[in-house]
Amino acid sequence: MLEKSLKGSRGYWIWIIFLLIVAAIGFFFYLRQLDYGLGVTGMSRDVSWGLYIAQFTFLVGIAASAVMLVLPYYLHDYKAFGKITVLGEFLAVAAVIMCVLFVFVDLGQPSRVMNVLLHPSPTSILFWDMIVLSGYLLINIFTGWVILTCNRKEVPPPGWVKPLIYLSIPWAISIHTVTAFIYAGLPGRSFWLTAIMAPRFLASAFASGPALLIIFCLILKRYGRFDAGEKAIQALSKIVAYALATSIFFVLVELFTAFYSQIPEQAQHFLYLFTGLEGHTKLVPWMWTSAVLAFAALGMLIIPPIRRNDGWLAVACVFVFVSLWIEKGLGLVVTGFIPSPLETITEYVPTGAEIAITLGVWAIGFMILTILYRIFITVHDEKENP
Amino acid sequence: MKKNKWGLIILGLVIFIIVITFPFWYGKGKTSPAPTLSLDTPAIAQLKEKRCVEDTSFMRESHMKFLGTWRDGAVREGKRLHTARDGRVFEVSLSGTCLKCHSNKEQFCDRCHNYLGAKPSCFSCHNIPGEVKK
Amino acid sequence: MTTNRREFLKIAGVSTLSLIAPAIVCPAWAKDKIIPVSNSPEALSPSKALTAKRWAMAIDASKCPADCVDCIAACHATHNVPGFGNPKDEVKWIWQEKFAAAFPNESHAYLRESLQKQQLPVLCNHCANPPCVRVCPTKATFQRHDGIVMMDYHRCIGCRLCMAACPYGARSMNYRDPRPFIARINPDYPTRTKGVVEKCNFCQERLAKGLGPACVVACKEKALVFGDMENPQSEIRLLLEKRFNLLRRASLGTKPQIYYIL
Repeated sequence: MLEKSLKGSRGYWIWIIFLLIVAAIGFFFYLRQLDYGLGVTGMSRDVSWGLYIAQFTFLVGIAASAVMLVLPYYLHDYKAFGKITVLGEFLAVAAVIMCVLFVFVDLGQPSRVMNVLLHPSPTSILFWDMIVLSGYLLINIFTGWVILTCNRKEVPPPGWVKPLIYLSIPWAISIHTVTAFIYAGLPGRSFWLTAIMAPRFLASAFASGPALLIIFCLILKRYGRFDAGEKAIQALSKIVAYALATSIFFVLVELFTAFYSQIPEQAQHFLYLFTGLEGHTKLVPWMWTSAVLAFAALGMLIIPPIRRNDGWLAVACVFVFVSLWIEKGLGLVVTGFIPSPLETITEYVPTGAEIAITLGVWAIGFMILTILYRIFITVHDEKENP
Repeated sequence: MKKNKWGLIILGLVIFIIVITFPFWYGKGKTSPAPTLSLDTPAIAQLKEKRCVEDTSFMRESHMKFLGTWRDGAVREGKRLHTARDGRVFEVSLSGTCLKCHSNKEQFCDRCHNYLGAKPSCFSCHNIPGEVKK
Repeated sequence: MTTNRREFLKIAGVSTLSLIAPAIVCPAWAKDKIIPVSNSPEALSPSKALTAKRWAMAIDASKCPADCVDCIAACHATHNVPGFGNPKDEVKWIWQEKFAAAFPNESHAYLRESLQKQQLPVLCNHCANPPCVRVCPTKATFQRHDGIVMMDYHRCIGCRLCMAACPYGARSMNYRDPRPFIARINPDYPTRTKGVVEKCNFCQERLAKGLGPACVVACKEKALVFGDMENPQSEIRLLLEKRFNLLRRASLGTKPQIYYIL
């Protein structure tokens, strides 16, 4: 089926070439990072994780969100999602591959990466994250590919694929839970040391992932001769609305505990995010943008006439995606380090090289996604117009 | 159409085979002289019996694995002494024991590593006696 | 000693095989019976090594003269700690912090002024329950039987999870090659390479030779006392018995082993 990705319009090829160029630029800067060390990034002794690990965390959420299509369709027989579950699974595949790449580019000694397998350390959450992520990748490649092949041949999927799909549901929850545990179990990082971290991660994931899927469905409807169906898109938009409401609620709950208890260790990180600390305000405009976009998107999504309009829905989904990307892909990781355990405030700004590498990884992810979606669309086309 | 495709497939295969066998036919007929390793150092000259920690043949074939065991033993288990098979005892130290005799790293370690294209990263951290700044 | 190409290929083959073979399998020579130590190198004879059930350190910072950095200088020179001259790339094993930074939970505005101004030496706490060891995905950082929390620089992949886990900010990442920034390389101790995390090792390499930690030895005021916490008669235990002391962020349950006499 792979050869189907070799046929496409001019726009398709321009898009692919554009992604290749961005990936090549990223690769060039990665070679520089390999030569010089992680010093080419904005990370420092105090802020020792930055854009890379934040993207990883955000994308684990995008990957986990495929469950929001799989669960209604396979457990509740919600037929409207039948056409697009494969889109969700392919999105998960691309997202997990990006996650792995982001962890890889973040390593100081990438040539030793196999030490994680050679000297397995079951007390390390990173070890378990590696296991759940690689398992999730395999499950989604298998189920997505098998179901698409069966659709093409117009035969029902083989029996063995069902248990695999059922397994993928708790597995999706596990990848984001384990990723949250990387943060939530560290003593002395009070910003992350909260039991609500995993639920918060899941809520924001189930908003940002389906929002991205709606955007893709609307693009495919307009340019790809593929209509996911009004019912499916509307159901997805309701999922985004509820998940976004839950996500906002969880953040407010955190703010209450931090500010009503008035324990400085709890409050100082949120103060840094929303007001700045001692004149250090680099993240403040970002976080307010995120907050405004989140509330605006929530307002748009809960009013049915706005939600039913494709144009407004697309705007709302872009708002959700951008808002949650800022929250998780920018604010969450860096702020855990600000202020440091020694009460020092060191701010973090990614460097050009770091941004180029980050964009390069995103380009590789989008390339995989484009190719997989291209195959999906072609199979679908052949079925509709034989 | 069908025929055309076969032509392309065969062309692709031919290019693949040429590329994959490139190192063999490119290097054919060329000989690289085997490196000559020098044991001519003051410390070795003073030895009564010219013998490394273990037999020469073992050291030649397995020094990398042997050093790996030294490394893990010293760092992780605190084993800082190595008793050789003949009973002699050595300090487990790359810079302090190995390079004390083989003080001519360039004529000994490097010649062979370069010849084989091996790039051990030991010396990005471990000091070469005499080469240290100041 | 000339060797031809054929023999080299043999060596290459053998080494490849040895890589494939599981590392757990010991080579034949390692299984041999241990022959009694005859001409053991003097400095390393096991009888000379300093040993303990649990190493710890007590710091009486009131003895520290203003502007004295002898302990820091000695440690950093001994261990080839580079000086980058900027806080972003900075690597440090032992350094100074104000009381409020080292003890955020114990600090308030009306503490004795001398204490508020006091610079305290801070270093890795060699926790009895170290979070860095728990989170390391490769066991590159591990705890020895004598309590020392060690780094295996050969194994570290540079993921920096230990830096996030350490509540004392004791760990440094080599964001670039440290070698050009070491003023004077101590030939007796290795440097590090870019991409690995490093920290204080309680001078385990000196303890093996029967020497005390470099910082303790360098301190003319005897402000640093090093010893075995499990020995009730050790100098450190007797000192802590007599003087009021605190642990940094004890509430986190990491059981740090640097005791601050105040």
